[in-house]
Amino acid sequence: MASGESLRERISGALAGQSARTVTVLSSLLAIEDELGYIPPPAIEQVAEFTGSTINDVWGVASFYTNFRFTPPGEHVVELCWGPTCHLLGAQQIIQAALQTLGLNEEGDTADGKVSLKYNTCLGACPQGPVISVDHKILSPQSLGVNGGAAMSERVAELVSRLRNGTS
Amino acid sequence: MPNYEELHQEAQTRLLELEGGGKPWIRVGSAICCEAAGADETLKAIHAELETRGIEANVNIVGCLGLCYAAPLVDLQKPGGSRVFYGNVTPEKAAELVESCVAGDDLRPDWALAYTGRVTLDGIPRLDDLPVWNKQVRIALRNCGHIDPLDIYQYIAQGGYAALDKAVNRMTPEEVLKEVQDSGLRGRGGAAFPTGTKWGFLARSPGPVKYILCNCEEGDPGAYNDKGILESDPHSLIEGTILAGYATGSSNGVVFIRHGHEGPIHRTERAIEQAYELGLLGDNILGSDFSFHVEVSLTGDSYVAGEETALMESIEGNRAMPRARPPFPAASGVWRLPSNINNIKSLAYVSEIVSRGGEWFAGIGTEGSKGTAILCLSGHIKRPGMYEIPMGLTIRDVLEEVGGGVSPGERIKVLQTGGPLGGVLGDEAFDVRIDFDEMSRASAILGSGGIIVGNETVDVVDLIRVLIAFNQYESCGKCFPCRLGNTHMLEILERIYEHEARPADLQLMERIGNNMRMGSLCGHGQLGYNPVSSALKYFGEDFAAHMEEGRSPTGQSMTPVFTPQRTRSRWTSAQPLELRF
Repeated sequence: MASGESLRERISGALAGQSARTVTVLSSLLAIEDELGYIPPPAIEQVAEFTGSTINDVWGVASFYTNFRFTPPGEHVVELCWGPTCHLLGAQQIIQAALQTLGLNEEGDTADGKVSLKYNTCLGACPQGPVISVDHKILSPQSLGVNGGAAMSERVAELVSRLRNGTS
Repeated sequence: MPNYEELHQEAQTRLLELEGGGKPWIRVGSAICCEAAGADETLKAIHAELETRGIEANVNIVGCLGLCYAAPLVDLQKPGGSRVFYGNVTPEKAAELVESCVAGDDLRPDWALAYTGRVTLDGIPRLDDLPVWNKQVRIALRNCGHIDPLDIYQYIAQGGYAALDKAVNRMTPEEVLKEVQDSGLRGRGGAAFPTGTKWGFLARSPGPVKYILCNCEEGDPGAYNDKGILESDPHSLIEGTILAGYATGSSNGVVFIRHGHEGPIHRTERAIEQAYELGLLGDNILGSDFSFHVEVSLTGDSYVAGEETALMESIEGNRAMPRARPPFPAASGVWRLPSNINNIKSLAYVSEIVSRGGEWFAGIGTEGSKGTAILCLSGHIKRPGMYEIPMGLTIRDVLEEVGGGVSPGERIKVLQTGGPLGGVLGDEAFDVRIDFDEMSRASAILGSGGIIVGNETVDVVDLIRVLIAFNQYESCGKCFPCRLGNTHMLEILERIYEHEARPADLQLMERIGNNMRMGSLCGHGQLGYNPVSSALKYFGEDFAAHMEEGRSPTGQSMTPVFTPQRTRSRWTSAQPLELRF
């Protein structure tokens, strides 16, 4: 990001720089999310203008897909899978451990803006379950060097606490 | 543009250089499972060790061999030697492998999983002899784990795009269509509709602009085979799509993927670029009169976006909500133009069907389900992975022989098949054959091929609660029987789970399920009661334990009720619901 570049310019840049051949409201919103990590309210208007739709239509799409958020995400985004495979392999303990460590009751952001915690229905690496992702990198018991879900919950607690304290 | 012969020649030359160029060839698995298990670090460690030792080697990534239990996978092939596979290769192990196998001559049989190739190796089993491998018939997955998904020439060297050349230069569209119809191929996305029949509808629709849509939304938890194919062998999908376009007289293809899955997206985009560069896509493909264009379309997080009409809405940039049918997609699909929606797996078979003939494919599998099933095993199983087995093996064979049986635990109690709208199966159904019709008679669906295994510690009420929570969370909200029905069913299941069931609860869920089936536009609502009905069929005692005896059937303490909040607040006993029948 060039310093001093306004939010509006970054949004325009993202809209104009879309690689998709077919540009739609959804592709535009995804482009903005890729650029900023969220959809700031002024972007809705810009997307409407860019795609020739109404603000109403754009809000409709943005509020439908669960990946869009409307406030800046935390410095780190942690996604916790709760799909049935991960559930059977111990996802509940991992979710509880992460929530407890971060002092959250449900998915959301820590007050200091360090970590955004998000539930995910399936990260797609089921054989390695239970899995989580940290800043879009998928982690499993194997890559965390533990055996099974119960041991993994301890590692996840350490991991999120390091993320929040900025030591990782 | 080069003709196919020239392309194939070039591909062979390049392959010879890799195999016989005097340098060792190292391939590192890099599909999503391997990456989750740390393949990036393994790859870095290999590069670093090679550099330290000053060894020159060909190193490339490959996709998913399907042996996910052994992720990350690395294989080595020394000049003139056989190819040896190693499992669970951590960075430390990778460095040691380079030291002993590449720099030295010790192939480390103690670490090796298997080998392929002409040179016999002592102390290492052949890949074809492994129980996990010898039952498999790999058609759609033929190249997965073998070729570099970023290199089109590796695909062509395996005979890739020969079927396309044969079709556009030596067959009529009708002949291609007939091969697919003769093959008996049924859609692998879940509905199992005959692919040839579906293509026939589109072929009869007026052009000139018609769409082939390739569905890789794949939101089913427990299934990763569509993404696996795109990550491992994207050209098999591209070639299948072009062939579908040729057979149906279509002009455009769209590969539909959920955003954020960088591996499949990036590799598919790269494959499309390469195909354009070599004249395999675009105008006058391989010198013929046929022109076809393919693009990638990304969707946001929405499970229902994988439903065929919702998918079209999503491509158009709208909320992914299903449309009423008729009109059917073949008459009025995306952008109101004639369209066909195919699953990735279905299309990945097509080039082999065109090359070898429909009759060959129809000779594999059962009477009603031809060919193979691409299964994703996960959960309490010794060898989770992605396997392609001929239709007609029993579920038990697959679990015991391919999957290696239950782990951890003593016995398999429950299987969850076909995604969260599928159902669950109990032990008495494990001798059912893998076959679309036999499985649906047993109250489960083969669906997209995901099989989640649960051992004796699994409380089926808990599992069903999670499935219905998923369905509730993912209901798009268009049809109220689905939107409210799932919410209400989840409330009831939470009550049952917390031993606060009311006598009419099962009856009430059945009524809700019937309303959902009758009153919903798409499968999400229509099939929404499946998990509950199949669970009651096989696991009535689990429900009885919670409802009548106030205990968990597995004797374990309750896991805290966790369900993500979407458009509802959790049921609490302070707000009893008025029930009227």
